[in-house]
Amino acid sequence: MRRVLFLLPVVLFLVLAGYFALALRPDRDPHELPSAMIDKPAPSFALAGLAGAPGLDRAALAGGVTVVNFFASWCVPCRVEHPLLMGLSAETKVPLYGIAYKDKPEDTARYLAQLGDPYARIGLDQAGRVGIDFGVYGVPETYVIDKDGRIRLRMVGPLTAESVARALRPLIEELNRS
Amino acid sequence: MRAVSLLLLALVALGPAAHAVEPSERLADPVLEARARAISKELRCLVCQNESIDDSGADLAHDLRVLLRQRIAAGDSDSQAVGYIVTRYGDFVLLKPPVEPATYALWFGPAALLLVAAAGTAIYLRRPRPDDAPLPLDDAERRRLETLLGEGEG
Repeated sequence: MRRVLFLLPVVLFLVLAGYFALALRPDRDPHELPSAMIDKPAPSFALAGLAGAPGLDRAALAGGVTVVNFFASWCVPCRVEHPLLMGLSAETKVPLYGIAYKDKPEDTARYLAQLGDPYARIGLDQAGRVGIDFGVYGVPETYVIDKDGRIRLRMVGPLTAESVARALRPLIEELNRS
Repeated sequence: MRAVSLLLLALVALGPAAHAVEPSERLADPVLEARARAISKELRCLVCQNESIDDSGADLAHDLRVLLRQRIAAGDSDSQAVGYIVTRYGDFVLLKPPVEPATYALWFGPAALLLVAAAGTAIYLRRPRPDDAPLPLDDAERRRLETLLGEGEG
């Protein structure tokens, strides 16, 4: 008994060290928040589009796997991921929809004219209310929505070639198979 | 002069009480506004993460304050209004985490540690210990001691 008790501090230390190792591992971002919306149905919404273009609503997300990207012309990281978005639809073979978050329509139009428009459809969320319904807390955010309209993946911050290859594409392929 | 210093004093005293809540956000009904203020002090701003939305100047905090007031003005109870935001942003948005099995360690861990430490200390202090009083000197030691002391005096 005494012998076992003698080891107690070592055991406590190992438990603590384990927690620290988990919390301090290099690929963990403490600012990344868990999403409360995973596996829940995407919220219902209906947004107007840019002049002369159809808007985006919840019905457009039904019937197949889709990717929804929140962006804004004022958002610098959005410019970083933009070249990746340009090829995303072709790469994943699912439609990419854009929601312009708290952006003036003319700024959104100018942004897309300058950099190119990767989106099949765009909805303008000028009030940011649809963003709140999705649980967005900073653009860019990217959501994968399955055939049944449920949110399956949320990626915060700019997409990278690595994160697309590691998380986005495998999930889309899996969802397309099922 | 006195009036000016009083005014300055008042400004300094009132300064820290200023919040991020903009006048245009406030509800006309003071009762509802007070409820909204109380709730928004308990909700985390997701952009700054260590400020409540009541204190934060972030855009999203502003939107959430407005949203919260709309819910309350529409007749939501406090828990319904909080629930509305929690379903979108998760428990993380609550500055005070809920008491549930996943957070038992958080809520009761410190008290449990204190109890364990107190129990350990009690056991340690109460266990029988061998008598600490020094053994009396035997004859040889006493003689040697006297010799040494005698040398010191001489």
